Amino acid sequence: MSLRIGIDIGSTTVKVVVLDQNRNLLFRSYERHYSKARERALETLQGIQDLLAGQQVQLVITGSAGLGVAKACQLDFVQEVYATAAAVDAFIPDTDAVIELGGEDAKIIFFGGALEERMNGSCAGGTGAFIDQMATLMDVTVDQLDELSLKHEKIYPIASRCGVFAKTDIQPILNQGGRKEDVAASIFQAVVDQTVGGLTQGRELKGKLVFLGGPLHFLKGLRQRFVETLKLDEAHAVFPENGDCFAAIGAALCAEDYPARAYDQVFRQLEESVESANVVDTMPPLFQDQAEYDAFLARHNASRPPETDPATYEGPAYLGIDAGSTTTKMVLIDPQGGLLYTYYHSNLGNPVAIVLEQLRQIYQLCGERIQIRGAAVTGYGEDLIKNAFHCDLGLVETMAHYLAAAHFNPQVDFIIDIGGQDMKCFKIRGGAVDSIMLNEACSSGCGSFIETFAKALGYNIAEFSKLGLLTRHPVNLGSRCTVFMNSSVKQAQKDGASVADISAGLSISIVKNAVYKVIRAANADDLGRHIVVQGGTFLNDAVLRAFELELGRDVTRPTIAGLMGAFGAALAARNAGLARSALLDREALEHFTHTAKPATCNLCTNHCSLTVNQFDGGRRFISGNRCSRPLGKERVAQPDLMAYKYQKLRAMCGKGEGDGSRGRIGLPMGLNFYENLPFWFTFFTRLNFEVVLSPESSRQLYHSGQHTIPSDTVCYPAKLMHGHAEALVKAGVDAIFYPCMSYNFDEGSGDNHYNCPVVAYYSELLEANIPLLKETRYLAPYVGLHRPKDFARHIGQFLREQFAVPPQETAAAAKAAYRAYDDYKADLRAQGEKIITQARAEGRPILVVAGRPYHIDPEINHGINDLITSFGFALLTEDAVAYHEGYEPRRVLNQWTFQARMYQAARYVCRQEDMQLVQLVSFGCGTDAITGDEMRSILESHGKLYTQLKIDDVSNLGAVRIRIRSLMAAIEARRQRPDEREEADHG
Amino acid sequence: MAELVYDKTGRLLFTKEMKREYTILIPQMLPIHFGMFRKLLELDGYRIIQLNNSGRAVVDEGLKYVHNDTCYPALLVIGQFMDAIEHLGLDPHKIALLITQTGGGCRASNYIHLLRKALEKAGMGYVPVISVSFGMERNPGFKLTLRLLRRLIFGMMYGDLIMWVSNQVRPYETQPGAADRMVERWSDKLIDGFTQGKGMSRKQMRALFDQIIADFAAIPVREEQKVRVGIVGEIYVKFSALGNNGLERFLLSEGAEPVVPGLTDFMIFKFYNRVADVELYGGSAAKKALCRLGMDYMMSCQRAMIAALERSGRFRAPSDFAQLHRLIHGYLGDGNKMGEGWLLTAEMLELIHSGVPNIVCAQPFGCLPNHIVGKGMIRRLKDDYPDSNIVAIDYDPSATQINQENRIKLMLANAKALARRAREAAEAGEERPREAVV
Repeated sequence: MSLRIGIDIGSTTVKVVVLDQNRNLLFRSYERHYSKARERALETLQGIQDLLAGQQVQLVITGSAGLGVAKACQLDFVQEVYATAAAVDAFIPDTDAVIELGGEDAKIIFFGGALEERMNGSCAGGTGAFIDQMATLMDVTVDQLDELSLKHEKIYPIASRCGVFAKTDIQPILNQGGRKEDVAASIFQAVVDQTVGGLTQGRELKGKLVFLGGPLHFLKGLRQRFVETLKLDEAHAVFPENGDCFAAIGAALCAEDYPARAYDQVFRQLEESVESANVVDTMPPLFQDQAEYDAFLARHNASRPPETDPATYEGPAYLGIDAGSTTTKMVLIDPQGGLLYTYYHSNLGNPVAIVLEQLRQIYQLCGERIQIRGAAVTGYGEDLIKNAFHCDLGLVETMAHYLAAAHFNPQVDFIIDIGGQDMKCFKIRGGAVDSIMLNEACSSGCGSFIETFAKALGYNIAEFSKLGLLTRHPVNLGSRCTVFMNSSVKQAQKDGASVADISAGLSISIVKNAVYKVIRAANADDLGRHIVVQGGTFLNDAVLRAFELELGRDVTRPTIAGLMGAFGAALAARNAGLARSALLDREALEHFTHTAKPATCNLCTNHCSLTVNQFDGGRRFISGNRCSRPLGKERVAQPDLMAYKYQKLRAMCGKGEGDGSRGRIGLPMGLNFYENLPFWFTFFTRLNFEVVLSPESSRQLYHSGQHTIPSDTVCYPAKLMHGHAEALVKAGVDAIFYPCMSYNFDEGSGDNHYNCPVVAYYSELLEANIPLLKETRYLAPYVGLHRPKDFARHIGQFLREQFAVPPQETAAAAKAAYRAYDDYKADLRAQGEKIITQARAEGRPILVVAGRPYHIDPEINHGINDLITSFGFALLTEDAVAYHEGYEPRRVLNQWTFQARMYQAARYVCRQEDMQLVQLVSFGCGTDAITGDEMRSILESHGKLYTQLKIDDVSNLGAVRIRIRSLMAAIEARRQRPDEREEADHG
Repeated sequence: MAELVYDKTGRLLFTKEMKREYTILIPQMLPIHFGMFRKLLELDGYRIIQLNNSGRAVVDEGLKYVHNDTCYPALLVIGQFMDAIEHLGLDPHKIALLITQTGGGCRASNYIHLLRKALEKAGMGYVPVISVSFGMERNPGFKLTLRLLRRLIFGMMYGDLIMWVSNQVRPYETQPGAADRMVERWSDKLIDGFTQGKGMSRKQMRALFDQIIADFAAIPVREEQKVRVGIVGEIYVKFSALGNNGLERFLLSEGAEPVVPGLTDFMIFKFYNRVADVELYGGSAAKKALCRLGMDYMMSCQRAMIAALERSGRFRAPSDFAQLHRLIHGYLGDGNKMGEGWLLTAEMLELIHSGVPNIVCAQPFGCLPNHIVGKGMIRRLKDDYPDSNIVAIDYDPSATQINQENRIKLMLANAKALARRAREAAEAGEERPREAVV
């Protein structure tokens, strides 16, 4: 006669379950453990002493954080998926699949036949911790988030791969006035998409599904999203009563196989065990002692601007607003830069309301004595605030920060700003912002990230960061994105690190992230001699100290580090020299109203998510658009080679000059086909096949194929191929042709002419992972277009076997295909020349967008071309100019055809006064880890600017906008100081 | 002091003078194999230091000098070099670094360039880097002569055999450490033999194979069968304990027997790729014949090793390359050659066919070829072999061991359930015929 105890120790919660011999549930609990898992479990057990004392028990521990505890206590352990399966088998035996979300894990278990389990990979954050993080970001509790979501009207696309991605998606929506209800539901939808898309991997979720784990147990909104997305009825969506502690129940069931022991002994084992704490990877302390900390404080507090008493001051004043991603900052200065008024606060997702309230206060303060002569706004919410309140000018963040830094240290040559969500670093050369480094979506570990951790561990941010200052052994947590950091913290906790050690470790990892991931510096000299740090995160002394220690040099932190953007904007307003400001006056503010409504623009395939802001007096501001069409303006044809290429390629379908008698052959329009389609189109139509292209890429197309993607870290262009292939099967083509190509055309410009491994062999991956392809004839031969004669011979044989095509006919088609491909290239180059000539005649700057051929797909680039041309640039692609340059040795192995073109394009741009280049990089593209550095060094050695635009499956162009505008500001500055450019050329 | 000489592309050469004056540092991947390679290089007149530094410092140096999105092996190998240069106390003007370059379409062919960039970044652009490759970069002071090449192949064979048999002994040894002591004894013995010119003929190799097998077979073991777990993956992460957080050790501690396919297949594969290129796309028949020759040579050595294992009756033998190649048909084309290419999938198939359906597929985070041949093929293998139990594990500077181990534990729990089911089925199967007789 013994009781069975299951203890499930997850990343954030402990679940304890007691069953009797007949599997009756005697006790259950679900509690957060705040990293003190063992203690929490002990307390729970203590609370049910009456039930357990003196009994024989069989106890089994499970859970992602349970292993260490079990080892230390020498108690039995079962893997948590295994435990869950045991519970489901026992209580809901006809289950087809289980979806279980935990604090940091997402799992699907398939039943029926052999048990199959899927867990989220190391890069998959669509979990409870992700929801917690998002709730923090929106400044609501998780329960409130849930309630909000139930009132949604619209779903925005939000990436859920990791918290950081999602933040960059959510922030602009909030800043542009999107409804919180919609965002809340979108967050849940992101979790659903991540789970369904990321974990099913080719196996369909169907039949009776059981939903388990804390988040799915407590959050109705999340349940609703799952049920709707999977189109489940009540009989097929089971949310069991104890779904939050099923794994613990399973562990208790598994305990039947383990020996019974006296409860008191088991309890002692759990109580007395100390997990080994000496394996934690630690680093030197931030400060040796209090005295060192005091000296540090004294040094930094010396950089402070003068303060002017607003109660007595009379005269002009200038207003700066920094509508940042999570906080709104405002500064009012006198003409000398003296501070009259400052404000720094979380914007609670609604910057308009905050600014309105502050403006009223400021007017109150000013009375008749102070006249606002100018108002400038910067930051994510720039456009919205500028339109809402009629600010005089808007400027890009980088410029604002530079103006502010130079005010304190005119010699400044490097600025680093770490804010709540974003990190900006840039060098100053010749009085202009140069080489901007922003945190790419995957690497940010910024301020709000510490804050989230602080909250999760039960502290406020100020206390939490103080804790780390004097600790002796900061934990080494590595330097990657939040999801990784979560598990690093989990590991450190398991290993017995204290909260203070973790606090210091987090501060240090933020700095490491900035220095090695964003700036990518090898030493302090890479940065500069006069470094100014700013942004709210640097007000955290632990972060500042870690930064100085990492660089081995002292830096300047103005006391208004958190306000520098607003301060810089105020300086810009002052420099504008206006007689009076157009800012809404006191009276106008009285009638100020603001409502925001979401809308989707349907004027083109971008389907921009618009936010329509209505202000008093019928004023309107629309945000989220890429081009001017939703604003009611006509779309004018821009000098845009991307759009030209895309249209030209999409037109290559049908029977061409042939009669289509051999059948319809489908080509999945992605990856290599963006380069080789002109070849294949002619080749197949000559052979009297009708060429069917898969439909234009779209989010929907992606979702339709998402469940068959086996590797969630592959690039988006590759992921899209699944949808393309399925669409072709559904279109009923006679065969799909998608060749494998280790090599692409040899253009003689590199050391080799490979495709990257993904482009080369993705066809084989599709064949192995898309069950639907069995319904068609799927052709994936290895071909080598780089050797025309051999190609004709090999493909001739292949087509004779497959379609009984006479080899002579194939040989002729191949010849024509090579010609067609050459013609296509020639046309592209001619069109490029035309654009250059036209741009030069009009005095337009020219931007070469260097990426892969498939980056012209609007679903992949999210309309970046429209954005670029809207700023007045003429747009060329890399392949239109690469041919101007020949072979040149590189410092890397120049072995990929497409990548070689980018180097050539960069070299060409270096020789053109009026051209700049931006590099497009897909998230997850391994080869660009290599090309990026090389592109930068080519461009910078000729005094050109290097700008990299990273793109992913989610279309947030905010960061892209900052980069392009900063680029424009830098071009402008260079134009004004041509001598600096010369120096760089010779230097 | 050796003069710094550059070729016409501006690459710093490793000169004959340097061969006399410089010490060459080589990274670590497979301790048994690389120990022998070191000795063989020394016998050719090079001064060699084999690096064994590991730990966080190596990772940190890597993070500092290599783009963090570059694959983890590059980060580790370069980190290991940079850390060693800093701490070994050698005159940096008297060292050279050696690194392999396979020349395929994956990023690995760029490691050498990333290493040079790292050196430049550290202000040590004067340190020459030697590429071990077939004709990609030449150096007057370093030559892969036919003799050296042949010897290295022999070293590889010995290494593979010792690794293979020791893995079958270690989980069962009654005296802890017995297998490792035997590994060390044989490594020393072979290296001593090389110095005296022993072990470098086919005949001697066959004799040594038998002796090695006999010595390992003589180690006392317990009679039990542990769950066997195959390890496949990107070559560095598969083999290097630094790369895979001591995967073999972890599996041992969990009561499993690691099964690690050797290095030989990978080397044959790299030769085969050149043959396949010519077959698929055309090209020089002479080159193809030459590569075929190299392949055949290694394949015959491999067959000798397999024959010795089969003779022993004590150890399981691996399949040969030709068998791996047969297995892959219907899965991946012969042209899938970047990184580990089709070989990786073939190794998984071979493991499944030889009764090891439990597999850890280890790869660096974001590894490009592995999207296709690793993670990309697991679904298909599951379809064809429902009992296959494969877990893909990503390794990178910040992936935590606890997550990796948790996933491996899940695979092991599954493995044990599979084994139990198989046992029950076997027992039931044994009973049924008896009933039939009655």
